[in-house]
Amino acid sequence: MASKVIHALYTDDDVLMDAVKKVRAEHYHIEEVFCPFPVHGLDKAMGIPHTRLAITSFMYGCVGLTVAILMMNFIMIEDWPQNIGGKPSFSYIENMPAFVPIMFELTVFFAAHLMVITFYMRSRLWPFKEAENPDVRTTDDHFLMEVDAGNHNVDQLTSFLGDTGAVEIKVIDKEEDNH
Amino acid sequence: MYTLSNRLRLFSIILMVVGLVGLIIGFAQRPGSIEEVKEMMAAHDAHGGGHGEAQAADHGESHGKEHAEDAHGGDAHYEHVLHQLQNKPWAALYAAAFFFFMIALGVLAFYAIQFAAQAGWSPVLFRVMEAITAYLVPGGLILFVILALSGFHVNHLFVWADPEVVAHDKLIQGKAGWLNGTGFIIRAAIFLGGWLLYRHFAVKYSRKQDEDPEGNKWYKKSFKISAGFLVFFIYTESMMSWDWIMSFDPHWFSTLFGWYVFASLFVSGITTIALITIYLKSKGYMDFVNNSHIHDLAKFMFGISIFWTYLWFSQFMLIWYSNIPEEVTYFITRIEDYKLPFFGMLVMNFIFPLLVLMNSDFKRVNWFVVMAGIVILCGHYIDVFNMIMPATVGESWFIGISEISAVLLFLGLFIFVVFRALTKAPLLAKGNPYLEESKHFHY
Repeated sequence: MASKVIHALYTDDDVLMDAVKKVRAEHYHIEEVFCPFPVHGLDKAMGIPHTRLAITSFMYGCVGLTVAILMMNFIMIEDWPQNIGGKPSFSYIENMPAFVPIMFELTVFFAAHLMVITFYMRSRLWPFKEAENPDVRTTDDHFLMEVDAGNHNVDQLTSFLGDTGAVEIKVIDKEEDNH
Repeated sequence: MYTLSNRLRLFSIILMVVGLVGLIIGFAQRPGSIEEVKEMMAAHDAHGGGHGEAQAADHGESHGKEHAEDAHGGDAHYEHVLHQLQNKPWAALYAAAFFFFMIALGVLAFYAIQFAAQAGWSPVLFRVMEAITAYLVPGGLILFVILALSGFHVNHLFVWADPEVVAHDKLIQGKAGWLNGTGFIIRAAIFLGGWLLYRHFAVKYSRKQDEDPEGNKWYKKSFKISAGFLVFFIYTESMMSWDWIMSFDPHWFSTLFGWYVFASLFVSGITTIALITIYLKSKGYMDFVNNSHIHDLAKFMFGISIFWTYLWFSQFMLIWYSNIPEEVTYFITRIEDYKLPFFGMLVMNFIFPLLVLMNSDFKRVNWFVVMAGIVILCGHYIDVFNMIMPATVGESWFIGISEISAVLLFLGLFIFVVFRALTKAPLLAKGNPYLEESKHFHY
């Protein structure tokens, strides 16, 4: 099934922000906005729900901490207790200060790496993935707003987008399988 | 303009009076002789169940040793306790005086950093910071008097100030070139003088900038002295921490002690800025402060709490691991005699702020920041307590009337001075060139 979308291009992030607010005020549906750089506050203006990445990061950190504790307990206490500098080697809790740097590092390691991987998966990014942005200029100096034109009068919507400061407006018949 | 309400003024005066009376009682209750100490300990052991027995057993053992080597026997121990208990109100006074002084000093450093970094988010908070640093004047004078009394051995807080101790102590003799009453007082005068001088001119320039913002002449002066002050501060703060705190244990030293004390005073100062700002907002002042400013302050509270823990752990782990007797004794005393405050402080200063302030949204909720802030401040008081008490009162510590009264006294003085200073100038530093950016600060 083909759906109609309108691509409106902007050359300034402030103009884009105002346009996004106006378009949403008119209850048109913004599918996506493509930017050459992150625009501060755009996610809020578009009404995208708050990211849950921070929560996953906390959970990954807890996993890392657990792995570190279990790993050091196995290596240094259970499997092969070693007497290093006369430190107690048969009790995890008494030897804990020596393991704190490892616990810290693995917490950070797990939180950081797994969070980045989660972010890539959630953003549908992977190696050799074809770019989704519909216009190469969005990687340089243009901002592209994709507005759903499905149930609207296309001419009216086009002129409205022109009023918001778009420098170029294209009507696209979008195939479902084009990405 | 802020006006000091009569209720707050009365509250602070009541705190001061109660604190002063309590402190006088604390000084009056000091045991005067060994017999009084024996009576006190007998009374204590009588009503303490298992704890008393454990202590008695403990004492018995040490008495045995003393009996063997000296005919006076138990009296040597009681005399030791007597000195500790005589020190206790002094140590309590010192800890509280230093704690509130260090809050003001931390705010002064934070204020200077805002200028040196040309920060755009914070100018709406400048008047609160300036008001808190007003406490440096009375707080610094009181601390100077206490330091002078201690440095010249009017009380027994610093063992290096006692000529009899020094005569029998090779290590302190070696450090006498630095650790002596005269040098101690001269250095204290230089530190305090430098900080108060910067405070005086920074506030003056900030007020002038309001009157005459043309060309940012005064702002540029503020920038220059702030940068200069920060260089002076980081050296003097470090030396201050050796003199005023580390020299309680004159045999022991730690090379990152200055940083450790700095982290403590910095986080206490930032927390106080947040608490006073939230208080003023709740009274309807400072509507130009939005929740992004509170969020930023809370981020600093969170970050510097972790920085403090990092330094605490760096100091602890190396000494614990190397286990060199003259170093590790510092932590052994604290873990054996001060278990609860020592580990309790870690919970209050690290685990609690870590978990409570981790969530981004919570940092904007005022009551959350206030709750975390109060715990952080209490935790850092205990940190100061842990740094001062083991060397001055040893195992005879308890949170008694002198400790609580000293805190109330200086809390009252702090509230009185800071809120009176707030009435002296408009709450908005309207001439600051970054004011518009700060007002629209949004995250």
